[in-house]
Amino acid sequence: MSGSSAWPEARLHVVTGKGGTGKTTVAAALALALAAGGQRTLLVEVEGRQGIAQLFDSPPLPYEERRIAVAADGGEVRALAIDPEQALLEYLAMFYSLGRAGRALRRMGAIDFATTIAPGMRDVLLTGKIKETTTRTEKGRRVYDAVVVDAPPTGRITRFLNVTAEVAGLARVGPVKSQSDGVMAVLRSPQTAVHVVTLLEEMPVQETVDAVAELRRTGLPVGAVIVNMTRPPLLPEPALARAAAGEVDLGELRAGLASAGLAEGLAPALAREAVEHAERWELEDRNRAVLSRLGLPTYELPLLPDTVDLGGLYELADRLRDSALREPTASSA
Amino acid sequence: MTRARKAPRLDLDAVALDPRTRIVVCCGSGGVGKTTTAAAIALRAAEQGRKVVVLTIDPARRLAQSMGLSELDNTPREVSGVDTAKGGELHAMMLDMKRTFDEIVSAHSTPERAEQIFANPFYKSLSESFAGTQEYMAMEKLGQLRARDEWDLIVVDTPPSRSALDFLDAPQRLGRFLDGRMLRLLLAPARAGGRAYVRVVNASFSLFTRVITRIIDVDVLRDLSAFVGALETMFGGFRERAQKTYELLKTPGTAFLVVAAPEPDALREASYFVDRLSVESMPLAGLVLNRVRTSTAPALSAERADVAAEALADQGGHEVTEAILRVHADRALLAVHDRRMRDRFTSAHPKVPLVEVPALATDVHDLDGLRSVAEALAGI
Repeated sequence: MSGSSAWPEARLHVVTGKGGTGKTTVAAALALALAAGGQRTLLVEVEGRQGIAQLFDSPPLPYEERRIAVAADGGEVRALAIDPEQALLEYLAMFYSLGRAGRALRRMGAIDFATTIAPGMRDVLLTGKIKETTTRTEKGRRVYDAVVVDAPPTGRITRFLNVTAEVAGLARVGPVKSQSDGVMAVLRSPQTAVHVVTLLEEMPVQETVDAVAELRRTGLPVGAVIVNMTRPPLLPEPALARAAAGEVDLGELRAGLASAGLAEGLAPALAREAVEHAERWELEDRNRAVLSRLGLPTYELPLLPDTVDLGGLYELADRLRDSALREPTASSA
Repeated sequence: MTRARKAPRLDLDAVALDPRTRIVVCCGSGGVGKTTTAAAIALRAAEQGRKVVVLTIDPARRLAQSMGLSELDNTPREVSGVDTAKGGELHAMMLDMKRTFDEIVSAHSTPERAEQIFANPFYKSLSESFAGTQEYMAMEKLGQLRARDEWDLIVVDTPPSRSALDFLDAPQRLGRFLDGRMLRLLLAPARAGGRAYVRVVNASFSLFTRVITRIIDVDVLRDLSAFVGALETMFGGFRERAQKTYELLKTPGTAFLVVAAPEPDALREASYFVDRLSVESMPLAGLVLNRVRTSTAPALSAERADVAAEALADQGGHEVTEAILRVHADRALLAVHDRRMRDRFTSAHPKVPLVEVPALATDVHDLDGLRSVAEALAGI
């Protein structure tokens, strides 16, 4: 049973975020979480960085859907790195049965033109392919229970998702128009949820607020805010509040250090670290408040002590299952 | 424990204050503090007496405000609050892609032609979402600023592309496009006059139009063709200028700074960039490693702090000290992580000079904040 979450109908999960917020990691964890319990999900990469392969420690992904991980209680995650050039040839073959003409176009530089230079063409191809994987059926059944996209960063996300609508404005009739109408119908429906990954720092939070406003203006369905790499406060109250104000009882700290068998001389340096810890916590809390004003479901993922590996991904996936993918209960409503 | 190889120290003052250095390019993947680094270097060079302009692409709102960049106007403005006692000046500007594009069109065509171009439905789409437009425009603007020769030093913050390499690749990609048959094919209908293009006898061309008209309708093709035709003259000059700027970047007056944070992705991008610069014989000054987490009590390891915290927990009675020891253990672990990241980079690139900027507790959004970053960069 899929879709037990704040977005019961969502099957296409688009994960964006400012550079450095860990959106690839979150997208991968979400794909794993959604696959749990015998589901099949597809994790899609669109920027040619091979970030998914690196994360799963696998060789570079070809333009082909292949299994990359097995989820908890059965279920699998497949991965696909969309290559715009291949997608264009595929698109031409599908819609226009071009065959050899495709190769001729490549020799003429048309493919290069379409995928790197032409306005938005690249994004049209990428979103077209994403829509195709989301809606693909086999013997009357959906091939994927969910598709998760490691999407372009917040600064580009609205334009990326809305590109077919813009191109449709240029092409008033014809196949481009009908194709783009189909893509927009999926992207603007409750089948889609755009999630924004952020850190509790000023710039990513600001970009999140901006991106959510832009997505809403464009009529694209915003899913959740996922706060990545959070750390709990380690100091108990009221010491936390006092430290945030720059106050640490050095006498008490010295006595404590002595009774732990450590040099009392460490006290001033450790006190400074405690103050910085508390200041950071306060700043993070202010950023939390800014995010909460967006009125979106917001979930936090912890900072893992080491660079995220496969084990870490499963841990983050578990967290998402326990929070984002849980049936909203009456009390939380 | 094996001792990691130590990277040579990057002396940024020696780079940015050297009168021979005329351009500093900050590059690196998104989210590593490129803009702040560029602004800090520019501020320091200005306060040390140079006349500096910093070209930023996408600054954080409050940082932009602190530098007086509250509006996009695409021309350098003097930043107030800068210490000019040594005779320097700081100017700053934020790149406005569309406006830069408009300016190029206006400067290189007749007013009527420019009007035609602005009115074309493809223009808006192109000027805003042209793949790599930011890179072209940053390159173009850099060329313009350098040509004006009003500044001792130009500091450039590169666009937040998915890959740091896009900035270098943009001119070549444009060149490939302009030299390609694609452009000529698109121009053919305009030259042959509207719908007459179907009569052109050329095997590959008729194949092309057959394909293209199945994908987009004839009116669109005509619009597109007229547009490309209108841009043709301008494009030629544009490519030449982009190529010139590219060559300029290879001269000793330019210093590339690769900016990264101690994270695998950012350092991987940094590695690619370092290799690429060396292949292109572009002058690399070194690596700026931002947001390095350090401990103020390095003598106490994470492990010992944890053991001591456990001991206090067993004894009871020193809750706050116990918590502070855990804060330290946490921080010491992160410091070890960051050091390991740095050492890994250095063992792959032992000759690349490096400077570290410690992680700050709060974000930088005023000149004082920039000054403290600048001091860390200068090793003060």
